Amino acid sequence: MTVSYRRERLDRGVKARCDDIFALSSYREACYLWLPRVLPVAFLLLFPLFKEVVGLYWAKVLGIACIVALLALSWDLIASVGLISLGQALFFGVGAYMSAYLNRSLGWSPLFAVPVATLIGALFCTLLVSPLLRLRGIYFVLITLVLPLFFLRVIEATKILGGTEGISGLTYIPNIWVELYVPVIAVLLVVFSFRRLINTDYGMVLRGIRDNDRTVIAGGINIHWYKLQVVFIAGVVGCFAGAFMAHCLGAAAMSMFSIDYSILSLTAAIVGGPGTFAGATLGAFIMVPLSEILRTFGGLRVVFYCVILVIFIVGLPEGIFHYIQRKYHQFERLVEVEVKR
Amino acid sequence: MESILIYGLINAVMLALITLGFSLSIGISGVANLAFGGFYIFGAYFAWLLLFYLGVPYPLAILLSVLVTGLLGALMYWLVLMRVRGLILSEVIATLATGIAILEFLRWKGLGLGYEFNLPCFVRGGINIGRVSLDYQRLAVIGVGLILLILLWFLTHYTKVGLAFRGIAQDEHTALSMGIRSDWTAMLSVAFGSALAAVAAITILPLSMINVNTGYDVLLIAMAVAVVGGLESFLGIIVASFILGYAQIITAHFFAPHWMMVMYLIAIMVILAVKPSGLFGKFKELEERV
Amino acid sequence: MKEPILKVSNLSKRFGGVKAVDDVSFGLEEGGLLGIIGPNGSGKTTLVNLITNFVRPDSGKVFFKGKEVTGFPPYKIVDLGVARSFQMVRPIHKLVAFKNLIIPLYSPRVKRLIGGKYGDRDEIAIDLLEEVGFERDSLVPYKVAGSLPHGYLKRLELARCLAVRPDLIILDELFSGMSLSELASTLPIIEKIREEGKTLIMIEHRLRELLRVIDRLIVLNFGRKIADGPPREVIDNEEVRRAYLGGEVAESA
Repeated sequence: MTVSYRRERLDRGVKARCDDIFALSSYREACYLWLPRVLPVAFLLLFPLFKEVVGLYWAKVLGIACIVALLALSWDLIASVGLISLGQALFFGVGAYMSAYLNRSLGWSPLFAVPVATLIGALFCTLLVSPLLRLRGIYFVLITLVLPLFFLRVIEATKILGGTEGISGLTYIPNIWVELYVPVIAVLLVVFSFRRLINTDYGMVLRGIRDNDRTVIAGGINIHWYKLQVVFIAGVVGCFAGAFMAHCLGAAAMSMFSIDYSILSLTAAIVGGPGTFAGATLGAFIMVPLSEILRTFGGLRVVFYCVILVIFIVGLPEGIFHYIQRKYHQFERLVEVEVKR
Repeated sequence: MESILIYGLINAVMLALITLGFSLSIGISGVANLAFGGFYIFGAYFAWLLLFYLGVPYPLAILLSVLVTGLLGALMYWLVLMRVRGLILSEVIATLATGIAILEFLRWKGLGLGYEFNLPCFVRGGINIGRVSLDYQRLAVIGVGLILLILLWFLTHYTKVGLAFRGIAQDEHTALSMGIRSDWTAMLSVAFGSALAAVAAITILPLSMINVNTGYDVLLIAMAVAVVGGLESFLGIIVASFILGYAQIITAHFFAPHWMMVMYLIAIMVILAVKPSGLFGKFKELEERV
Repeated sequence: MKEPILKVSNLSKRFGGVKAVDDVSFGLEEGGLLGIIGPNGSGKTTLVNLITNFVRPDSGKVFFKGKEVTGFPPYKIVDLGVARSFQMVRPIHKLVAFKNLIIPLYSPRVKRLIGGKYGDRDEIAIDLLEEVGFERDSLVPYKVAGSLPHGYLKRLELARCLAVRPDLIILDELFSGMSLSELASTLPIIEKIREEGKTLIMIEHRLRELLRVIDRLIVLNFGRKIADGPPREVIDNEEVRRAYLGGEVAESA
């Protein structure tokens, strides 16, 4: 008889207690459930208030992190219906340019330009992508990669919309508080609503389409229509990010269609944990500050994103969020197992 | 008019040369290698390094560079692709990221700027065909391209290794049960593909300069030719190279050079919308569309 | 004579060099139970794919309830009242069994037929599972679909077909992989479905069980229809024996 060990994972006691009404039975259980939700929200809401302490620079970094989080969230939503997009930059660029056009050529203030650009931009992108939604697997992925690059090259070639210089001289966001808080509130709204959405029956249909679209079709459901809806919602989030960013920077540039934004949002979502929305946000809040810290390395940063992306895809595809969630809810122990010889 | 005909021909063979390596891994073995652009530029850069930094004689530099690029491809397979084999989307993202990492790393090393990075031609000088003057390098492109095409045709249709390449694309399980070692074969095909990228780069880049942005363009071009022609079909690649090669020259001639890449992008989008498996690809109806 | 509920005329499909389905035609009256058999590779599943347009036919037409449906998107054909099961059963693995059935309940067809008043979808799903033989107090409806054994999955497929309240159900190899006891409990379910007035087409390999329920039999070989008629006659057909049954046929029950 030799003794060997087997690794076992069990739910923590406090989780088992919280699964039912006992969740409110004591402060300890209440904290267990609510702290992980309340703390990050509080952090996001309170951080801008400390801008004097940490400096305007880091406050703005938070803003950019929120914008990237929005892009990552839109990626995550599209991924939960089974479409993997390598071209989030499409939404970003379309939103930015549309708002820039409304602001510069029609003289609209950002208060009107941004929402209108968000909706019209999302509509435009959805219509554009609509015939391509029938493609499966790798063909769809390739075409999402190509679309924003197409816009990039067309702008460069035709010199419309400002050509290589872009549209500058946009109205800045008038109030620093608006500039800092609007992205934060947008992120919180989107994270919570997406998480709720995916847990409803509608979300279940979406996940069904991701796992096995043929079965869902055989159930009489028009999956094309569902995909369109999802692309539109994701488009609203993505175009908003682009439109808002344009007014933060005061310009819309060709680089907004570049592969950098696609890769950054993709990396944020995958590092954070695809499918969880909160993970996408977490990923963005890891990647963007990291990118700022590494600013001295200049162009080498993209290499970092890519290496991190590869490491995560190969090594930890579930993402950080799932990992933390697992550790939070479960613990592991070694159990003796007798092995007869 | 003559110049369009002749330059179009050269361009077509160039495209075929570029796409061969790409198509070998993705079309024939089913292993997605979107790091292709990265290997292309790396191959040329490494040859340049050997030549100008270490003073290695040119033919040896070429040989070493091709080998090292092939090894780099095998390394990428071993570290990255092997662990995500079969999850096509993960393969795509991981290899794309690797390619971008290589390219941006080289850009950081200074490969984006200007005139320093230039590979010498194989043979200097040129001849005149009618009113068109052609340097020997361009003829060399045609020569190398044709030789490679023929070699690859034989390789994949008549040799054990080549047939193994095709086997794992068609049906991996069956291939495995016939004793083909899938991982090893896939690694070889990625290595071959990368090495071919280096060959293509070293042959073509003497005509201009080594620039990182070319790497991205090359990936797009290879994708366009492969997608238009049909991922597994030799004939498809040849036909697509001719179509796109001439289209590119005509676009550059009648419009402006800027539009060339737009043309490629439009070609990809049109084909994916109309017949995703390409002109000569097998029409895999259930897999392509919903 | 009443209009057949399904009419298939001259359907053909070629994959590369192989003619998977070669000029197949037949009509099926409402309430009938048609069996389709044939050797492996004879085109049975492709035929189903063509009828339901999961694969587009090269030529030929399909009529359902008198209306032409050739080339309609597959979900539209389901919407009109045709349900099909898949030979390679693939439920939505991560979801629990009864939740698999809730998804079809969101189809426009079900919305129309129930008129908007669902009540509890969960209840409807559990009822459906009961109809195919899973007791509501058993654990099966609550098990993750990916963990169910093959025979259970087949019945889950059947429940999924029933969920859209179809008029015509095409079952692709329902019996394959089922044990004898599962078969014994499945046959009455088929009978009950017939009694409710639905029309059925069953593609099968297992002839003995099939013969107990069908009233008409079609045999396919190399994509062509080689026999069509009452089961007894078809089995006695020379060509059928040669192609499919290999000469000697065991006397069926």
